[in-house]
Amino acid sequence: MRASRRPRDVTRGARRPPGSRGDRRIIAAPLPPRRRSFIAGMALPPPDPQFVLRGTSAAIHTLHFSCGGQEPDLPVLFSGSENGLIHVWNLKTHRVDTALDGHGRKSVYCVETMGGKDRLLSQGRDQRICLWDLAEGRTSVTDSVCTEHVGFCRCSLVQLAQGRWLMATAAKGLQEVQVLELPSKTSVCTLKPEVGAKLGMPMCLKLWQLSCGSQPLLLAGYEDGSVILWNVTMGKALSQLICHQEPVMSLDFDSERTKGISGSSEKVLCIWSLNEQQNLQVYKTHELVNAGISDITIRPDKKILATAGWDHRIRIFGWKKLKPLAVLDYHTAAVHCVSFSEHRNPRERLLAAGSRDQRISLWSLYTQS
Amino acid sequence: MAAPAGPELERVLREAAAALGRAGAAEGTGQGPAAALGAVLSALSAAGGPAALGERERAQFGAFLRSLARAPGAARPDGEWQRCFLEGPPGLALCILLEALGSAGPGLAPREAAAMLERFLREGRLSALLWDGCQQQAHGGCPEQQDALLNRIVCLPEHVSNKLQGENPPVFFPQNYFPLLGAAVLQVLQMISDSLRGGLDCSISFVSHVLGKVCIHGRQKEILGVLVPRLTELTKSDCIWQRICWRLVECVPERWMEAVVLGFVQRAPGSDVLSRLLGNLVVKNKKAQFVVTQKVLLLQYGHTTAVLQNLLGYLSLDSLRRALLLRVLQELLETWGSSSAVKHSPPEQQLYISKAILICLSHLKEPEIESCRQELLTSMMEGVKCHLDSSLPQLRRLGMVVAESISSKINTEGPVLKFEYEEDDETRELRSLLVQTPPLCVVPSLPGDESEKAGAALPLVPESNKKSQTAAPVMPDKESDAELDSDDDLVPYDMSEDKELKIKAPVYIRDCIEVLTGSEDVDKWEATVKALESLIRRNPAATREVSVELAKILLHLEEKTCIEGFVELRQRAQVAVLTTDPIPVSKYLTSQFYSLNYSLRQRMDILDVLVLAAQELSCPKFHGKPKHSDAQKPRIQLLPGNDSSKDWRRIVDERIKSKTRRFATRQCHVEPASSPNQFSSVAGHFFFPLLQHFDRPLTTFDLLGEDHLVLGRLVHTLAVLMYLAVNAVAVTAMGKALLEFVWTLRFHTDSYVRQGLLSCISSLLLSVPAELLLADMTEELLETQSWLGAASFADMVEKDPDGDCRRLALQNLLLMENLKKKLEAVPS
Repeated sequence: MRASRRPRDVTRGARRPPGSRGDRRIIAAPLPPRRRSFIAGMALPPPDPQFVLRGTSAAIHTLHFSCGGQEPDLPVLFSGSENGLIHVWNLKTHRVDTALDGHGRKSVYCVETMGGKDRLLSQGRDQRICLWDLAEGRTSVTDSVCTEHVGFCRCSLVQLAQGRWLMATAAKGLQEVQVLELPSKTSVCTLKPEVGAKLGMPMCLKLWQLSCGSQPLLLAGYEDGSVILWNVTMGKALSQLICHQEPVMSLDFDSERTKGISGSSEKVLCIWSLNEQQNLQVYKTHELVNAGISDITIRPDKKILATAGWDHRIRIFGWKKLKPLAVLDYHTAAVHCVSFSEHRNPRERLLAAGSRDQRISLWSLYTQS
Repeated sequence: MAAPAGPELERVLREAAAALGRAGAAEGTGQGPAAALGAVLSALSAAGGPAALGERERAQFGAFLRSLARAPGAARPDGEWQRCFLEGPPGLALCILLEALGSAGPGLAPREAAAMLERFLREGRLSALLWDGCQQQAHGGCPEQQDALLNRIVCLPEHVSNKLQGENPPVFFPQNYFPLLGAAVLQVLQMISDSLRGGLDCSISFVSHVLGKVCIHGRQKEILGVLVPRLTELTKSDCIWQRICWRLVECVPERWMEAVVLGFVQRAPGSDVLSRLLGNLVVKNKKAQFVVTQKVLLLQYGHTTAVLQNLLGYLSLDSLRRALLLRVLQELLETWGSSSAVKHSPPEQQLYISKAILICLSHLKEPEIESCRQELLTSMMEGVKCHLDSSLPQLRRLGMVVAESISSKINTEGPVLKFEYEEDDETRELRSLLVQTPPLCVVPSLPGDESEKAGAALPLVPESNKKSQTAAPVMPDKESDAELDSDDDLVPYDMSEDKELKIKAPVYIRDCIEVLTGSEDVDKWEATVKALESLIRRNPAATREVSVELAKILLHLEEKTCIEGFVELRQRAQVAVLTTDPIPVSKYLTSQFYSLNYSLRQRMDILDVLVLAAQELSCPKFHGKPKHSDAQKPRIQLLPGNDSSKDWRRIVDERIKSKTRRFATRQCHVEPASSPNQFSSVAGHFFFPLLQHFDRPLTTFDLLGEDHLVLGRLVHTLAVLMYLAVNAVAVTAMGKALLEFVWTLRFHTDSYVRQGLLSCISSLLLSVPAELLLADMTEELLETQSWLGAASFADMVEKDPDGDCRRLALQNLLLMENLKKKLEAVPS
């Protein structure tokens, strides 16, 4: 039994407010409905993207939502791409509001907001981290930090107090991680592995606190496949876990359950937990069909997580048991990043994925309960 | 001394001899002889034992014993006469007993004499004999007598077994006698040690002579098997024993020194023991020095690694000897680094020398290395160059290991040489030699080790953590209970589409060419490389249109990304192109083999492709069936008899072919589709161009010069092509050309090339029909045969330094022999 073409409500997303702004070349297009066959009684076919944002004309390397603001604030999505531009997408109109050029046309691979959508941090391959002031339509770089790091390791931010942030970034030294306080840019410490340890470069970082005001901790994934938990204030390694044979490409951590997940260039996802003695131990591993995970993000409500695969696919898992939920096969090149929005209304929450095929797909998944 | 007893003894002896003579003549049994013997024995003990006898008394005692031996059994009172032999001077007793063994007559029967001799040995008279010998030496005994005695002692087993033939008692077997002799030597040494302690001087040289002679007779194992363990024990803390031992070896005459030293070196349980046993022998004795520093190390190579370790360790244990160690190392390195030695000596010897070098290096100390760093560096550079030049992989690896070790020794701080080679037991053994005392546990590191190590690198990790740091899943703690089914409210979507990712490869050959030449898309390029072979095989017609262009692209194709098995994929595609369109492509490839600006690798690739394609073409295949990707692998040819009708057809064809003289040239001959061997029609295109330019060096490529590795490959390729061209029309012409080629290269220094030449001859003998061989190339064949081994000079079978070459040459001679037999059996 074949289902006929499914009616899809995509016009809503495509509706364009009269007189919309933005670069004409950059257009957002609704997705044409795709034919799918499924047999009644079996699982539903995976959904199509709710919307696709096109027009960056370069591979997308990083995405960041800012949707939690009050009513007059419009939800936006920041995207950093290979040509060095940061696009600010209006999620109501699906148009680019602004394109920020602050990294000398070198690829931007990390974008974060600091507080609201007006304060932005971006990291690029020009070895700089820029702090932006976007309030009232400004597009100026207020400050920048030179990391001298040549890798692709995204920096990580955590808010210590109102207006005080802690940022971890891979440093100039091959195996080192530097922790800075922002906006003062004072160095807190440099985390160096034991002499003789062959960890390789740090590949991914995650700063977190058990509760607000407690000591910040850093999880760092390294080139040799190990994850190390660092005490940032003391500058000491607390625990090391070798969970991959290949470089750890991405990790995310759930501080409520003290459990984290990491992906590498292999076919395996690894979930590990942190016990009361602050030791990391493997909790579970999950075998994938194709090798290579470039990004992992746990949804803020800790229900599901998404992975960005080199096999062009986005995979959704239940976070608690790592139950596979969906494989989203839309992109035609490796997916580089996945990001969840933090809309106040859970039903509006989105998943965005950016790929080398220069498209950003937006998905609405498991938003019911 | 016992001067008053002398005349008394003389008188008694004379009487006894007379009594025995009388008894023998009268053939009666009287009390005479018994009383006389008793008197002799008591006079002897009164005189102070045989050692106290003077020259005269000895002579008389000898006469007495001789007459005793000659006396008939009845005249010899039982018990008494044996005592005379046992208590008399042992040298005389042995001598007369041995004489009696051989003599026929009324006296002592050989069996009796043997029994007496056995008793003589069993009752420890050997040690008395040796002691006696030592005493006489000390008092300046006659050297001829000494020599005779020595001869008797050492050759006793041969002597006895000669006389007794099959009835030789086991005690005279060498394996029993020499341990006995060893024990006697030990007893004598004990006596010497006692007398030295008593303040008396002693000569040891007789014992040394015995030892030397036994060793030169090849009985080191038996005698040293007794001596070495005991001496090891005794010399442990006693300096007198050490001196005795040193003296024992030093006094060995030069002509026997080698056997003795070698025996000690082989049997000593360790270099420290060897050092105790031999002392500074190598410094004092020229011969021993030659044996230790030259003969064992540079001329022989059959000794075990333990022997080498013993020997070099011995050299390293004393400051006087360390100078020798350095000299030895220099000489070893000279040999190791000499290109002529690398080319002409067997690989086993080179392994041996490498081992010796590594052991030497392990003994060197920092200041010594400092003093000869420059020389080490120079010889290392030379050696590594000529080893890497070798076409035998084992030698190359040997060179790499030794060079790495030398460089790690001379550069303690700076960067060291590091080669890439595959580990095997040999390299591991070699490298373990560099460490003097092997570590207690040399366990290959387990995967768990690394995490353990990494954990250890972080000091703050608590102990309890270490166990959980392996990648094995740990059972979740109690918190997991709470979330047992918490994911269940999320309904999964259909995930059946989640398959392994495949990148679409081009479908047309021309697209492939485009992708391979111009595309920047790495994924597509990869997919193309992977798909190319099957594409070519599926579309032979389309391939023929662009075959040469495709061959060119493939020949120049470089590895853009890290694809698993890229080299093999490319090779398969090349083979597929060549088999699809053999003539133009082979023309192209063979012309490229001799053209400018190719790397050796590319040239060898060309040869490999030619061989694989020839193999594939010569395999039977059926039209209409698609070929699979593994088709070019050598397959087993169908055995005749599987299909009787085809077999029959083939035999007839072959017969026709062999009986028909064809006037057509080989190109225009196209075989019908059902032909089992597609190669035969194109064999010439593969073969002849490769022979054309081998002696014309290009600026970048000199086959007869330093590129002998490629020459070796070329020769092997020609051998395979020749073999596969069996039954081809061109086979005779090919054979002739090949024989010429082999003849010009037959004295090539590289054994790999020579092996190839020999396989060329084998395949020639197998491929060319026997009649044609004889008709067209008799003279060349005879020449070759004489080179191989029929003539007495320059024969491969015996004189080639390489074992494989010798084997191959022998095989060729056998093939020729078979050919001859076949021809004789079927008179034409």
